[in-house]
This record gives sequence, structure tokens and C-alpha cells, in this order.
Amino acid sequence: MKIVVCIKQVPDTTEIKIDPKTGTLIREGVPSIINPDDKGGLEMALQLKEEKGAHITVITMGPPQADLILREAFAMGADRAIHLTDRKFAGADTLATSYALAGALKKLDFDLLITGRQAIDGDTAQVGPQIAEHLDLPQVSYLEDLKFDGEKTFTMKRHIEEGYQILEVEAPCVVTVLASANNPRYMSVGGIVDAYQKEVEVWGKDQIEVDETLLGLKGSPTSVHKAFARGLKPAGELYEVDTDEAVGIIINKMKEKFIL
Amino acid sequence: MDFSLTKEQELFQQMIRDFAENEVKPLAAEVDEQERFPIETVEKMAKIGIMGIPIPKQYGGAGGNNLMYSMAVEELSAVCGTTGVIVSAHTSLCAAPILEHGTEEQKQKYLPKLASGEWIGAFGLTEPNAGTDAAGQQTTAVEDGDNYIINGSKIFITNAEYAHVYVIFAMTDKSKGTRGITAFIIEKDTPGFSIGKKEKKMGIKGSATCELIFENCVLPKTNMLGKLSKGFGIAMKTLDGGRIGIAAQALGLAQGAINETVKYVKERKQFGRAISAFQNTQFQLADMNTKTEASRMLVRKAAYKKDQKKVYSVDAAMAKLYAAETAMEVTNKAVQLHGGYGYTREYPVERMMRDAKITEIYEGTSEVQRMVISANMLK
Repeated sequence: MKIVVCIKQVPDTTEIKIDPKTGTLIREGVPSIINPDDKGGLEMALQLKEEKGAHITVITMGPPQADLILREAFAMGADRAIHLTDRKFAGADTLATSYALAGALKKLDFDLLITGRQAIDGDTAQVGPQIAEHLDLPQVSYLEDLKFDGEKTFTMKRHIEEGYQILEVEAPCVVTVLASANNPRYMSVGGIVDAYQKEVEVWGKDQIEVDETLLGLKGSPTSVHKAFARGLKPAGELYEVDTDEAVGIIINKMKEKFIL
Repeated sequence: MDFSLTKEQELFQQMIRDFAENEVKPLAAEVDEQERFPIETVEKMAKIGIMGIPIPKQYGGAGGNNLMYSMAVEELSAVCGTTGVIVSAHTSLCAAPILEHGTEEQKQKYLPKLASGEWIGAFGLTEPNAGTDAAGQQTTAVEDGDNYIINGSKIFITNAEYAHVYVIFAMTDKSKGTRGITAFIIEKDTPGFSIGKKEKKMGIKGSATCELIFENCVLPKTNMLGKLSKGFGIAMKTLDGGRIGIAAQALGLAQGAINETVKYVKERKQFGRAISAFQNTQFQLADMNTKTEASRMLVRKAAYKKDQKKVYSVDAAMAKLYAAETAMEVTNKAVQLHGGYGYTREYPVERMMRDAKITEIYEGTSEVQRMVISANMLK
């Protein structure tokens, strides 16, 4: 089986601090990591490889420093790594990103394409499904588990608001995975030693099948209008009372604010 | 001259730090309190290659180097001194001498098992009457056909209870002193070999420190490590390498105590402000950090020289001397800055202080390191 996993380098948002004076993010010294949902996707692929045998290609689109997460993927057990990087890709929204990735993915042969559900820096959850649309492949989002029958069929457990859906899907298909699906393994020491001996293939726009006008900022129909830091709210009022009294207090507060 | 880590080393440090934080730190207090060997941690370390970092890939190791190994011991020790020394004794004192002095058969037989962590390694040199005076060995190995018959005992052996293979030393010719010592590789289930009493220690309580007992223990001649009568040299060379591991352990303990103390002094309030606002706290922290960073430079230099196949025994001695004394000083200050809470087991610094003391003693006391360093100056 051939698996491709899309991964993204993101700032570790658990380590981000806000500058109290300017209200902006302090990015300095914040480590870059593999996006957690994507890491869950990579672990899912690695487990399939251990159980049924598979060849795993990881692909990322990003600036030169994103090379680091491809090395990390090698050290976890990925077989091949592709770094999609070009100035023409810069400023891409989700559509232009998924379009460029799809352009690269058309050149790859795979049975299963895994992406993370969403990235912790943008939280759109759009790129995985958009890739499936560009490639005209069936897609299943929000995966918690995936089994392969060894021939053509995947059995998937999909997390939905009301509970779970169990689906059977035939290869090739696209899935988006939740970080909660598994506990990603550590890089191995030997894997790290090898990671920098292996070659990361670097692809620019000329190596993929794309229309240049649909790339990067130019190809992005959406743009960020304004970004601002949310002001800090003052501490709330705390009442330790029984339920009836609490209901009364809430109703009065809502009346005060003309909500009721 | 470049002091920065390579990308590969940075990635390695990131991995080992995550591992220490998530897998080792949560058990550290319990391992100390219960004097329990953290076998589950060893299994986890084995799985990702930490038990065979500087062992070449051809023998099943990770194919890393001594610098990476020292970084691993440092990061593990920063959260748990016991775990640091388990890896150090296993790697530096058992796998390393087999790699360096073993025959090809011995390497093929033992290194893959040690490097994969399937087997744990240990080292037996010290005896009740042969500590720093290692030449005073009373354990004997007497030739008997194709075998040697070993009698005697070893004490203070790290990993003893849990190890599967040991590098030990015995007198093959008592009349020759240090020139009559020979090294052997011995497996756990060798007839006549047993594990004696377990020591009750001040620190590194989980490292399973026991006595090794040899009663007419029959060892095939093929288990001799290196040549006949060359054991003392092997022991000294092995300890040179081991000192990098123990220096890294001491460095980790110091860094761990600093990490805990920085966190604490920002939270702890006295006289209406965090104690980090007091200049005494700031000056203490500055001294702690400066000495720890100096220790790190010495440790890394010694490891680098070993990797470059340069003579490094004085570097290793300096690294161990300085890092061990720094660990003792820094952990002591860490307890002091924690005040009364620092003296309780609610905070990890008292454990770090107890763990730090041994680094001034084992694998050559600080006094021995001073002998090594000055002897080289005065020769």
C-alpha cells in the first residue's frame, strides 16, 4: 500500500505568550512543531505500515525551514519526503494551498491520502477536504480510527457530534485525522541519525501541474481583513448559591443587559 | 570554532527532552520513594534506541556518537538522576568496553542485545577492599582447562539486579598487581554467579545497586575481554568514557535543579513580592547558571574529543570533577532558595541534592579526578 501524509509546520501554540503591552503574539523562541492533527495522521500511517506494510511519503508546503518537520517525519519512520516550496506559493489561503498541494499529489501514486483535520495556527479544517475535491477523490473527515483489509477496503471510525460513524471506503481516498486518534511515537535515535542522511525532495511550481495564476496570494479568493487581539475581560462575579437562587440571578443579569 | 548544535543534534535534543518530560519525570519521585528500578522506562528507552546511542548500526545500535549520548544522559538526569545513571552504566561501562576491546564474536553476541535494550549491562570493578585502589582486587580467576574459575565479590554495582551481562575484573596473577588483572564478560545465569545484598543509598535510589558474588563460577575462556593481564588498562579506559556519562548526569542534575528553582522563585511570594525580585535570589541563580553552563562546555568538549578519537582522559576528568562539584553546589543552593519547602519531598530539589552527591564519588572520586588532571600537568 502507498500512503501519502500531508503535514504542516506550525508554531507550538501551547508555548505562545501574548505581549501584554502590544497585545500581539510573541513568536520569538516559540518552537515549531508538526501540527498535532497531522502528527496523528502520520502515526496512523506508521501503524498501518507496521501492520500491513506500506510505503509512506510525507509532503509539506512551506518555507525552507519547514524542512525540519520532514526530518522529524523521517526519524519517526516515513520513507520519502517532499518539500513543496516556492515564492509563488507565498500568501496562499486554503484554496490556493490545496490547489498547489493537489498539483503535487497528482504526480504521486497512492492508495490513501491522509491529512490532519486542521492546523492549530489557522483552524480552518478546509485544506484536506479541498484537496479531495481538486483530486476528485472520496473523502472522510474527522477520523479516529482506520483499518485496512489488506486488499482494497478501509474501515473507518469517524467522530461526529452525536457519536461515531463507521464507514467502509475503497482505495484510493482522502481522510482527515484527529490528533486524539492515537499517541504519536517518539522519533527514534537511529531515525534521527539517518534523517539528515536522507534526501528531502524539493519541488517548486515548475515541478508540479498547476496554473500559476491560481497560486499564492494571487490565487487566493479570501484574505484576512483585520487581525486583532481580544481585550482581556475583567474577572466575573462568583456566586455560591443553590440552583433556584442561581437561576434568579442569571435572569436578573440578563434583564439588566436587555437580553431578556 | 562553532559552539552551536547541528540540526541533527537539535532534533535529537528536542526528542530526548520530550521523552524525559513525558515519560521519565512523572515517575521520578515514585522511583526514589520506593527505591524501585524503573524497568518500564528502560523498555520505553529501548524501543526508541536510547540504550544504544553510540553503538554502530552494524551492531544494532543507533549509530549516534558520544556527544548525543552525553546529551541524552543530561536530559534524562535533569528530571531523574536514577534514569540517567542506568543509561550511563549500561552504555559506558558495559557496551562501550565490549565494543572497544571485544572480539568480533563477542561484539556480535552481546552488542545487538545491549544496544536494543533487550539486555541491560553492568560493570564490576569495585570490591570491599578495592575502591579507589582498584589494584587491590581480591577476586580471582584461576585457569582450568578451557575455563576460568572465578571466586570473590564486587560491590556497589549499578543495574546489578536487572542486568543480563556484566563486564568484570579479576586477578589472574596476584603477584603482578595491576598487571595481573584480567577483564571478563559474564552472563547473569552463569553457574556460581549470584547477586548479593542491595544497598540502601542516599540518592539514585532506583538504580538497583547490589553486590555480585562469584563462588567457583565457571566462565569459558572465550569470555575473556581483551588480552590476559590487560584488565587494568581496560578498566581505566572504560572509566575515562564513563566519566563523560557521569559528568553529563551531574550536569543534568544541576540543570534540573535550576529549572525547578527558576519556576519556584517566580511563584513564591514573601514580603509582598516574588522572591525572584530579590537580588540575593538573582545573584544565586546567576552563579548557578554560569557554573552549569561551564560544566556543559567541559562535558561536550570531552565527548567531542572522544568522538574525534583524540586523547580525552584529562578532559573527561575535568568535566566530571567540575560538573559533579557544580551539581552538589547548585542543588544545595536550589534547596536553600526553596527554603523549608525545599527540604520536603513535595519538591524535587531535595532528591536532586541527594542524587548529586554520588557524582562526586563514583567512577572516580573528585580526588581521583584531581590526581588524573595534575599528574598530566606534572609529567
